[in-house]
Amino acid sequence: MAAISREEVAHLAHLARLAVNDAELDTFAGQLDVILQAVARVGEVTAADIPPTSHSVPLTNVLREDVVTPGLTRDEALSGAPDVAEDRFRVPRILDEEA
Amino acid sequence: MTDVTRATAAELGRLIGSGEVSAEEVTRAHLDRIAEVDDRVHAFLHVDAEGAIAAARAVDAARARGEQLGPLAGVPIAIKDVIATKGVPTTCASKILEGWRPPYDATIMERIHAAGMVMLGKTNMDEFAMGSSTEYSAYGVTRNPWDLDRIPGGSGGGSAAAVAAYEAPLAIGTDTGGSIRQPGAVTGTVGSKPTYGGTSRYGLVAFSSSLDTPGPVSRNVLDAALLHEVIGGHDPRDSTSIPAPVPPVVEAARRGATGDLTGVRLGLVREFTGEGAEPGVAAAVRDAIDALVKLGAEVVEVSCPHFEYALPAYYLIAPSEASSNLARFDSVRYGLRVGDDGQRSLEEVMSLTREAGFGPEVKRRIILGTYALSAGYYDAYYGQAQKVRTLITNDFKAAFEQVDVLVAPTTPFVAFPFGARTSDPYQMYLADLYTIPSNLYGGPAISVPAGLSGGMPVGLQIMAPTMADDRMYRVAAACETAIPTLTPPTLSGSNA
Repeated sequence: MAAISREEVAHLAHLARLAVNDAELDTFAGQLDVILQAVARVGEVTAADIPPTSHSVPLTNVLREDVVTPGLTRDEALSGAPDVAEDRFRVPRILDEEA
Repeated sequence: MTDVTRATAAELGRLIGSGEVSAEEVTRAHLDRIAEVDDRVHAFLHVDAEGAIAAARAVDAARARGEQLGPLAGVPIAIKDVIATKGVPTTCASKILEGWRPPYDATIMERIHAAGMVMLGKTNMDEFAMGSSTEYSAYGVTRNPWDLDRIPGGSGGGSAAAVAAYEAPLAIGTDTGGSIRQPGAVTGTVGSKPTYGGTSRYGLVAFSSSLDTPGPVSRNVLDAALLHEVIGGHDPRDSTSIPAPVPPVVEAARRGATGDLTGVRLGLVREFTGEGAEPGVAAAVRDAIDALVKLGAEVVEVSCPHFEYALPAYYLIAPSEASSNLARFDSVRYGLRVGDDGQRSLEEVMSLTREAGFGPEVKRRIILGTYALSAGYYDAYYGQAQKVRTLITNDFKAAFEQVDVLVAPTTPFVAFPFGARTSDPYQMYLADLYTIPSNLYGGPAISVPAGLSGGMPVGLQIMAPTMADDRMYRVAAACETAIPTLTPPTLSGSNA
């Protein structure tokens, strides 16, 4: 049985905001199935009482001092933006209806 | 010195410091070498000749003023294109960042500049560091200087090839699952992955944040250690940076170079000695270990029973983190924007941009990671992979109670011909079989040349406990004294 269907791949691509085409869906579904069957081997390890590791560095709550330090200027922050208007990032409309 | 491009970084630093050769001459020689060979190798995505010459002149001027120069002042370096370089294009070999010039420098770049090193340019890689062959670059492949018809490894194939082809004495790589070490192995160069948290990730474009580690690429162990010392150490701008001094890596490399390993215990990982590696690779690694024994080292077989689950765990953890990290490429703050016709919504523009801007491997991993993190699958995949990570860490800790370092092949096979593994992504993932455990554990690991198999370089990997980077440099430097030096590659093809 396949671990993942073409429909699931299409749904995941939508969640990840990737407008994949039909040819890609066909290719990815087969390839992801092979990969998932292989990585599912992690399930062979019985590890009910094993704590998870998210990170190898045993540090928590790393905070900086609450003091002002120099940051990027507005022009620098906007320098790589694909579209800028009135010193801000300009984005396409985010609502369905015209405001 | 007739050809400064053949010198070691340590020698160049000494010659520049004593005034026997100028930093500008050294930089121009390397720029000439790039002009001569890089149309064949394609290690570089961007060469900053003007910036390099200016930086070199600044070093020469400082020397003329009588300033004391550091050991690598004036020494050229190539930088993997995943590191933010202020004002210099940084693309991660992706179309989505084509032409982006960061408004800031990564911490390691600040340290490289402060050391007086000269950045030659940015090197090719698999897109967003996802791959083992540099074939997933959006800007064309890099060719292996040992055989132009074969891959240079990945993801840092450009940095390794630049160093192997004498275009630069040093380079920066980043290692998430082997992207420094595997290219080192297949190009006959040295690739060092420091302890995770030992080198700052600030300004490294994130792929898998709990694994990404910048580190040195070089032609010899001492040069790697010298660069490690420049870039290493605590950085308050990286919350996972370890607040401790850099281990004494240079001293350890010099000690190793005496060729005495009396009392050093090498752990041979039983699980990595069976099938898996090509016979030629296994034989070369066996010979290298025998050579270390002749230097006084003792070999102990150790068992790391969970290492066989490292590859599956990695290919859940890394894509999961990538799917989250790469959400930042949303067509708003930097990079590409596609389909913004005044009618389409932000969501549609975002989806079209990401579809157009990302290549196939990046898309596969984003989808895989999105799946592994989904409700209903999280416990079986991501959660279970994190438990495997704990078991692998325990395997390392148990092994290091018996031995000082672990030794294994760096990668199961020598450089393969272009196209051999692109149609089946999992076949490509197998290149990382032996490198991934150290990433999941966080400990340092280095690949050093261990001879040839069928005319192509093989790497020996040396893995050490976290923050014992000096230990791996000592063994690696000793290895250099015992293994015959490789003849430089010819920069020709074999039609492999």
